[in-house]
Amino acid sequence: MAEIIKKAVAGTLESSDVYVEAEPAEKLEISIDSAVEAQFGDAIRNSVREVAAALGVDGARLRVKDRGALDCVIRARVETALRRGMEA
Amino acid sequence: MKRSMLFIPGNTPGLLINGACLGADMLIFDLEDAVSPDEKDSARVLVRNILKDLDFSGIGTIVRVNSVDSAYFEKDLEAIVPCSPDMIMLPKTGCEADVLRVDARIGALEEKLGMEKNSVRLMLLIETAIGVENAFKSASASERVCAIFLGAEDLSADLRCKRSKEGREIEYARARLVCAGRAAGVDVYDTPFTDVNDDEGIRRDAEAAKALGFTGKAAISPRHVDAINEVFSPSEKDIEYAYEVMEAIALARQQGRGAIALRGKMIDAPIVARAQQTIAAAEELGLGREI
Repeated sequence: MAEIIKKAVAGTLESSDVYVEAEPAEKLEISIDSAVEAQFGDAIRNSVREVAAALGVDGARLRVKDRGALDCVIRARVETALRRGMEA
Repeated sequence: MKRSMLFIPGNTPGLLINGACLGADMLIFDLEDAVSPDEKDSARVLVRNILKDLDFSGIGTIVRVNSVDSAYFEKDLEAIVPCSPDMIMLPKTGCEADVLRVDARIGALEEKLGMEKNSVRLMLLIETAIGVENAFKSASASERVCAIFLGAEDLSADLRCKRSKEGREIEYARARLVCAGRAAGVDVYDTPFTDVNDDEGIRRDAEAAKALGFTGKAAISPRHVDAINEVFSPSEKDIEYAYEVMEAIALARQQGRGAIALRGKMIDAPIVARAQQTIAAAEELGLGREI
């Protein structure tokens, strides 16, 4: 399993992007701030979980501030935030 | 046709996802100069995901990776090669050895990933004095190379001269690259015009490049794409003349005549070759007709 050892961020608050904060936690905790949370909140959570699982991360607090990002952009920013959080 | 190629900074989702709507024949997803060192990792993952998930059919995709001697090069290749972009752009190509080194590295990745050999193509960015002088050898070094591209900003710094709108300082490099590229049998692309607000300037610059024999031209702004596409497309007059040439040739053959004149000028092999190139371009743009 991969461990998040420090707080890390990725992305921006610009339109079509997403800002992701990752920090150490015992289990996976996901919070989402998005204008389309009612419609796409579950889909965003699923994408975040899948990226974390693919990287072997089962403990992290992830705050996702979405500004209308496509799924591939969300996945990219989550991956980058988690990878940065793993680096010593 | 591959007339225009538009640079898109690799860490800007808004531009990356809308790139296909900007009218360019090819898009260059830039991981090099347009991305700050602390965002290289982020841009690499973003461009990889965009290439995997979005549909760019009908548009050429090129990824400018970081240079061979940078700390990012290996990671760029590992992320981008599996996405099979149409081309990988290799910055600061100086000589044959640079191309062979990258060729071997990509070849190893293709084998590891079960990809077809030589399926990943290369566009060489020539932007140093040594790169200009070695352009033919570099372009001929590997079957992967399908285009070379003049980068005049870095080149003028290397030449220790100022970059100007008129471009006199890069006349030699332009002519040399066209000759090198054509001799090697690859496409040749001209440097971008950097004043995004000068609509007349971009047209003049593109016309100068077209007159020298360039295949097309790069753009750093969507505002320049239409002018480039227009300049590098055959005009109605060119197309009509090309068909007249081919019809005259067909008639001469029917009549068993070896030589023929059109509009008072003998039609020889180079004129026929140019007519064939014009008709091929017209057909690609849907402007062809039966002979």
